Amino acid sequence: MTGQPAEPDAEPTLRVAGLEVTYRVRGQDRPVVRDLSFEIGRQESFGLVGESGSGKSTVALALTRYLPRNGRVSAGSISVGGRDVLGLSGPELRDLRASTVSMVYQEPGRALNPSLRAGRQIAEVFEVGGADKRTALDRAEDMLRKVQIADPGQVMNRYPHQLSGGMAQRVVIAMALAAEPALLILDEPTTALDATVEAEVLDLVSGLRREMSTSVLFISHNLAVIARMCDRVGVLYAGELVEDGPAGQVFGAPRHPYTVGLLRCIPRRGQRKDHGRLDAIPGFLPPPGRAVTGCVFAERCALAVGECHQAAPPAYDVAPDQRARCFRHAEAGDLPRDTPPEMALPDTAGAGEPIVTIRSLSKTFTVPGGQVRALAGIDLTVLRGETLGLVGESGSGKTTLARILLGLSEPDRGSVLELNGSALAPDVRRRGRDQLAALRIVFQNPDSALNRRHTVRRLISRPLARLAGLSGARLTERLMDLIRAVRMEERHLTMRPAQLSGGLKQRVAIARAFGGQPQIVVCDEPTSALDVSVQAAILNLLADLQGKEQVSYLFISHDLGVVRYLSDRIAVLYLGRLMEVGPAEDVFRGPHHPYTEALLSAVPSLDGQRTDRIRLAGEIPSAASPPAGCVFHTRCPRKLPTGVCEETEPPLGEVAPGHLMSCHIPVQTLRRLQRSAAEVASGG
Amino acid sequence: MTQIAAAPGEVAIGHAIAGPTPPWRLLLRRPGFLIGTGVLAFWVICAIFGGLIAPYDPLAQHLLAKNAAPSSAHLFGTDPLGRDVLSRVIAGARDILLISPLATAIGTVLGTVLGLVMGYFGGLVDTMLGRIVEAVLALPVVIVAFLFIVAVGPSSITLIVVIGFVFTPLIARTVRTAVIVEGQQDYLASARLLGERPGYILFAEILPNVLPVVVVEFTVRLGYAIFAVATLSFLGFGVQQPTPDWGGDIAANYGLLGAGYWWETLFPALAIASLVMALNLVTDAIEQVISA
Repeated sequence: MTGQPAEPDAEPTLRVAGLEVTYRVRGQDRPVVRDLSFEIGRQESFGLVGESGSGKSTVALALTRYLPRNGRVSAGSISVGGRDVLGLSGPELRDLRASTVSMVYQEPGRALNPSLRAGRQIAEVFEVGGADKRTALDRAEDMLRKVQIADPGQVMNRYPHQLSGGMAQRVVIAMALAAEPALLILDEPTTALDATVEAEVLDLVSGLRREMSTSVLFISHNLAVIARMCDRVGVLYAGELVEDGPAGQVFGAPRHPYTVGLLRCIPRRGQRKDHGRLDAIPGFLPPPGRAVTGCVFAERCALAVGECHQAAPPAYDVAPDQRARCFRHAEAGDLPRDTPPEMALPDTAGAGEPIVTIRSLSKTFTVPGGQVRALAGIDLTVLRGETLGLVGESGSGKTTLARILLGLSEPDRGSVLELNGSALAPDVRRRGRDQLAALRIVFQNPDSALNRRHTVRRLISRPLARLAGLSGARLTERLMDLIRAVRMEERHLTMRPAQLSGGLKQRVAIARAFGGQPQIVVCDEPTSALDVSVQAAILNLLADLQGKEQVSYLFISHDLGVVRYLSDRIAVLYLGRLMEVGPAEDVFRGPHHPYTEALLSAVPSLDGQRTDRIRLAGEIPSAASPPAGCVFHTRCPRKLPTGVCEETEPPLGEVAPGHLMSCHIPVQTLRRLQRSAAEVASGG
Repeated sequence: MTQIAAAPGEVAIGHAIAGPTPPWRLLLRRPGFLIGTGVLAFWVICAIFGGLIAPYDPLAQHLLAKNAAPSSAHLFGTDPLGRDVLSRVIAGARDILLISPLATAIGTVLGTVLGLVMGYFGGLVDTMLGRIVEAVLALPVVIVAFLFIVAVGPSSITLIVVIGFVFTPLIARTVRTAVIVEGQQDYLASARLLGERPGYILFAEILPNVLPVVVVEFTVRLGYAIFAVATLSFLGFGVQQPTPDWGGDIAANYGLLGAGYWWETLFPALAIASLVMALNLVTDAIEQVISA
């Protein structure tokens, strides 16, 4: 995407110079943003990317003077369209927020007033601008049409809780754009949304930006989203802008070791575990507000020399319009790897025997007013030593499947679950110690999965005592082995979860899962609560442990890059039905099921290749009333005109050895259609 | 990532910088807590060493100085029997400070167990116990007390049992809500996946996490218990005369207010007020520290 270059003498929409923001904590001012300078030209979109604690949300709050009570701008200046924001009086500030700068936050549910209808809330914006009630409502409806809501008249009358996540975010965007602001600030606007919905919302934002000629500040932790949405990008680390420049240049030829490391942490270009380890950034993000001498990144930087620890590097002009705050910016591209690329993988040569067999698994929830079929007739096996990736949008039944397998939720009568050929009781309380030990889980959110009142020692010892029956010296010995295996230290044993970083907490959770020498570990989005630089280390750890312990994974994730990196086979779930199962490379390379195709093309790519070949319309239908025939037909871009898709549910048929698909379209036709679509996309 | 964007309140980055501060140190920074504990400590000392501190024997009658106004000999004056009011106020701390915490402790222990069971098992267990809890909640404290006292006669034990019984459902209800919130956490699923028994899950996994709620509930209820003990004594169901007791002394002497003998009622009343207020100060501080 290319924005029109700003006229050289025009005042930029936003100019931030030398901004410093501090939070007062326990009587001390802690700087959270330091010496931050950037500009956003007219109609330009600028991306601010950083991990949690980098201060990116604080920047967004400071721009509109929404800082919390204990925060203040202690130095620098902010000007919007030439107006000094920091010097504005109360009414002027209100005017700025009402007409010039709008914000969209991550959680649309929290940005909307739950007691007002959607139409009313948008209309308010126009009323503040001076319109009367009738006109305001009319214009609100226009606005909803503009954000491509199918039935605006109806949505106007709905309360926020009656809107889906994607729809609510559209309403928020409609509100934000209603005043035709000069600057739109989007703070992680799609992080809470599914990939297919995210793709739609991103399309919408870029379309509207062009149409309404608004400048955009886009804040995200997701580099690919920033790469897709922004002309220029700034990389924030520990409150400092370590690198900024044109998006293509920064992501293509980064000149700061942090940017280099960050890009290497992400599995890209179809990278897989058998290609070697991901690179990780050693150490942890510094806690926000810590005082630093020298370069903020020095302690995690493999290139750091004495100078880096003593003096803060200035911003060097490393390329046209690209700056990096690094003394060694010339060598940044050759940053040495933190982890050796070689990795021991399980010898899958002897594989083939199933560890877990699932046959005709169904799950029906009874809810007020009917029944919801969360899973319908799933057949699936997990083989010894393999990773089976499970993908699908939220509401597809991924987590339900995992919970049933673990015995936390009972399947419908007639479902068959087997572990090593013997039946698994549907209720975890009826399972023996061997079965409990063989089947373990790593939950998505370690804050919830670890009892916050227990120490690390207790958290890891308990499974050893319960599942492996260890005690005394043998328990301690195994405990130390595990701690070392997940690369933690003895000093962590006495700590409680609150004293650990997110990555360390997840390591404790992994150690717990491996305590009883499991045969299969369910990983339910194990890295989605973690920062990018930490995610790579956890993925490496999981791959290493798999090689060492010959364990199988059922790996659930919405991040297709991560799934592709770790999985040997992939199963695609939609509305509780299997759409496609097959070897990972086949599923990704295609021909694939139209739903898989849509999922793949929804994912923004860092590598500049266009992926928006097909788009899904609308959102996942309710499982309470699934469509007749093929459940995907309501959103399928390749639906057959014969009507068979609406009437008959396609069987799961084999299209290649080990590759099954549930689609009426013959595989040859799919191959042809998808190949030509790919050509059109890369050619256009 | 939404953490900072969330609220216009304080941003808790201090946690990330220095690690969590132990709760007792946060408490010591609150003036309310310090004042409250000071007053509380004073009454506790009175309750324990009353006889040593009091200037006179609280039962001794100074027949020449009946209804004497406060003076240097009797700082708080004397009552109609010529007993020193100051000594009776000091000695009166003993029963109330023994009965209220014991009653509250009984209510808290029973209520916590009940709340844990209801919140964790849910379903039929919760529904059935819930009905019983609601039924008890519907009874006024004084009526329950009447019934008990008629049945077993007035005594300190009766008071402890009655107040403990009345508090149990109140505490159970609060604990149950906290347990239900905890019930959505994955660590409980983790425990079930280790084959842990319900007893272990209730007391080793959940209880430590709802303990802050229990502590707050205990301190809040303690304030009410003091009030309840004073009220019941005032009504004549508690500590019996001539044993010094704040509620009982007020009941015995408030008829003389019209005659201008205000000190005989005011000082025991102030004692009750100061104790309840001190407890409220402590409770507020604990609540704020825990919820922060």
